[in-house]
Amino acid sequence: METKSAGRRTRPESGALIQAIGISKLFGSFKANDAVDLTIRPGEIHALLGENGAGKSTLVKILYGSLQPSAGEIRWKGQSVRIPSPSAARKLGIGMVFQHFSLFDALTVTENIALALADRSNRAALAREIEKVSLEYGLPLNPSSRIVDLSVGERQRVEIVRCLLQNPELLIMDEPTSVLTPQEADDLFQTLDRLTARGCAVLYISHRLEEVKQICHHATILRLGKVVAECDPQQETASKLASLMVGADVHVLSADTPPPTSAKTRLSVRNLSLPEPHPFAVALHDISLDIQAGEIVGIAGIAGNGQGEFFDALSGERPAIRPETVTIDGKPAGKLGVTARRRLGAAFVPEERIGHGAVPRLRLSDNVLLTRHATGDQLLRVGVIDFSGMKTLADRIGRSFDVRKSAVDPEAGSLSGGNLQKFIVGREIDRQPSVLVVSQPTWGVDAGAAAVIRQALIDLARSGSAVLIISQDLDEIFEIADRVAVISRGYLSEPVPARSLSREQIGLMMAGLGEGKSMAQKETAHAHRA
Amino acid sequence: MRIVLERRLTPSRNMQYLSPLLAIVLSLVTFFIIFVLSGIDPLKALYIYFVEPLTAVWSIEDLLVKAVPIILIAIGLAFCYQSAVWNIGAEGQLAAGALAGSIIPVMFPSLQGPAVITAMILMGIAGGMAYAAIPAILKIRFNANETLTTLMLVYVANLFLDYMARGPWRDPAGFNFPNSRPFSEGQILPVIAGDSVRLSIVFMLVAVVVAWFLTTKTMTGFKIRVLGLSPRAGSFGGFSRDKMVMLTFLISGGLAGLAGICEVAGPIGQLRTTVSPGYGFTAIIVAFLGRLHPFGILIAGLLLALSYMGGEGAQVAIGLSDQTTQVFQGMLLFYVLACDSFIYYRLKFVREPVLDAATVR
Repeated sequence: METKSAGRRTRPESGALIQAIGISKLFGSFKANDAVDLTIRPGEIHALLGENGAGKSTLVKILYGSLQPSAGEIRWKGQSVRIPSPSAARKLGIGMVFQHFSLFDALTVTENIALALADRSNRAALAREIEKVSLEYGLPLNPSSRIVDLSVGERQRVEIVRCLLQNPELLIMDEPTSVLTPQEADDLFQTLDRLTARGCAVLYISHRLEEVKQICHHATILRLGKVVAECDPQQETASKLASLMVGADVHVLSADTPPPTSAKTRLSVRNLSLPEPHPFAVALHDISLDIQAGEIVGIAGIAGNGQGEFFDALSGERPAIRPETVTIDGKPAGKLGVTARRRLGAAFVPEERIGHGAVPRLRLSDNVLLTRHATGDQLLRVGVIDFSGMKTLADRIGRSFDVRKSAVDPEAGSLSGGNLQKFIVGREIDRQPSVLVVSQPTWGVDAGAAAVIRQALIDLARSGSAVLIISQDLDEIFEIADRVAVISRGYLSEPVPARSLSREQIGLMMAGLGEGKSMAQKETAHAHRA
Repeated sequence: MRIVLERRLTPSRNMQYLSPLLAIVLSLVTFFIIFVLSGIDPLKALYIYFVEPLTAVWSIEDLLVKAVPIILIAIGLAFCYQSAVWNIGAEGQLAAGALAGSIIPVMFPSLQGPAVITAMILMGIAGGMAYAAIPAILKIRFNANETLTTLMLVYVANLFLDYMARGPWRDPAGFNFPNSRPFSEGQILPVIAGDSVRLSIVFMLVAVVVAWFLTTKTMTGFKIRVLGLSPRAGSFGGFSRDKMVMLTFLISGGLAGLAGICEVAGPIGQLRTTVSPGYGFTAIIVAFLGRLHPFGILIAGLLLALSYMGGEGAQVAIGLSDQTTQVFQGMLLFYVLACDSFIYYRLKFVREPVLDAATVR
């Protein structure tokens, strides 16, 4: 019947272990999941693929009981079930390993696991059990080690062993390799093989197409909350999978965006490397980038590939070691803090509006002062604040960016997301900065506000500023960027003209195939030939 | 069914001012019930506690004397709390200030006069600052939790004070009482009003006004507020958290030290094994009851000083334990914090299943 060649995996022919039928989840009017069907069989590694915001986490949270579906049914071994809470999910036989671990650093492996397993009262017996399970599944662990002394890969093993001790029949893994070295990832794959050999199913969430092709039996692909395809990932090419994930349509350049003419470099990054500040962060590797006056460069990439770290390095919230790493308008700024960089003419809009870009409990006028106190707006006289000057500025920003607010000068936190974003972007553009770095300019913003913000960014660039946008929204990047680079695991590809790229090519680069620079260069060469 | 606290979208501004008043009313009601349950005429007890101290000039003066150190310390603490630095060790910083300020009168009893008093005051402030710098450095350098370090350092300071008063600095002519030699007239702050209101009340009023100006009108106050509300936004604004931690600790330590030296070089007149009946802790309540606002603190400080006075009166008149005062103060803080929680959260009864802590992220 079936010939099993080396490395070729066949989906087990058995009844469903768990079935999601027509699952929908509404957040307000937003449909995070739209009639999603998913069937997982015992003994298979089932990949769940999709871009950020495709609805993967929502679906998984529903399966693990931390969210309740608005509509639809879950069947466990054919029986219709309701999963009201994660503990109910665990009782059913569903375990989950999160991307971010929940372990106490100061406690030992055994102690951490004992905390999660209320029924194991004998610590020594538990330690023996941990040793047995960890040997059985190729997860070497010393039960008496303290978490703080373990590597990230070992910490993940603790999480996995903790799940395994509850004898799960379905193990959900959320981006398990995003924090692992390639060697650790290979070890993990062997463990997964042993698990499936015993009939345990694995729901494997990942963006990395190569590893999905390598280890998964079956894949379900989500886009915009809907299942767009089910396939055997081994049969498909990575580019086919990528185009399914991001939508296959090739970008059509909007006509009203003239290419930049000036050649003056306003922002220059040279060989920027920074170690990861904490275990879940991403190290930056030798990033170089030039942005000319008049152009918008977009940085695409899947969340958590170094965008936040790159933004902090550009804004100066985390200064570099050498001054020439970051140059703003010709002046070396690598070692300068955020205020000094603002004085050189740079402005920044971080991804997080609340608590990073703005203080929610302070009024809008106070929030003007947050980033404009040292930028020549005369808001301070010998350390004393000019409140009326702040209000005038806040009014001006509010008017020119159509910020809808409930009072004259409300607390920032009372504005809707889109209005607050318009205010924060407006606060920086109002300065006419020579360099503007914006992270996720329209994240969670309604279409009307997004259009205002994108138009303002284009206008700023065309007036001679250099604009860098870091975005996970490919539509946005294609709409306004002149050149596009992709960030993946802390590596930045060579930027190429947006018109030379298809979504498929970008999707591939985002999925890790453009790491180093080889891929991007190949793509560029290809584009030039075309 | 379970009860959850749900965040309010728009916290009421009015309630932010009404909440301390509500807390006072609730404390009085609770006090009333406690008195009834323990068989004491509640109206009489409340009268003795909160009205009688205001009926005589001498006791109003005494009220002011007690309010001065409490308000001085609370003003300093408000700086810390606004920047989310939880310094609860003002009691120790007060003792450090009292010790440092007492160096001149104890070791050089012949030195006297305005210049000497000025030097004593400055040394007291410096002592409190230096002692507050310890938890500040521990927090900045090692990220040590200041709630723990400041509290622990209170005991270190108090025991050191105890040792100095019993040991090296004990008055040789003091019949072995554990006190330093009594300070001379030229080493004690002059009385400027009535029989007992000293110059320290001017320091207190100056501190209130300067603190009001600093917090509401200057960039320094703005930085402190921003870093307290959202540290990440503070660093985006280019403000250094470490500098503000040090600054707020130095301000609050300095003011606690000032309160300490004003007590020993004032109402007490010598160094004793204890120099404060818990002013450093009462000031925490005062700071919150006064909404961390200097003028609010002024009013709250007077109220808490009143509770000290009333406690003493009730002890004499109806034989209530002096612990009653601490019960009242503790209750007041409890109600302020509880009322504050309801400014930002509302109670909600939910029939849905409880979420697992591990998944709420």
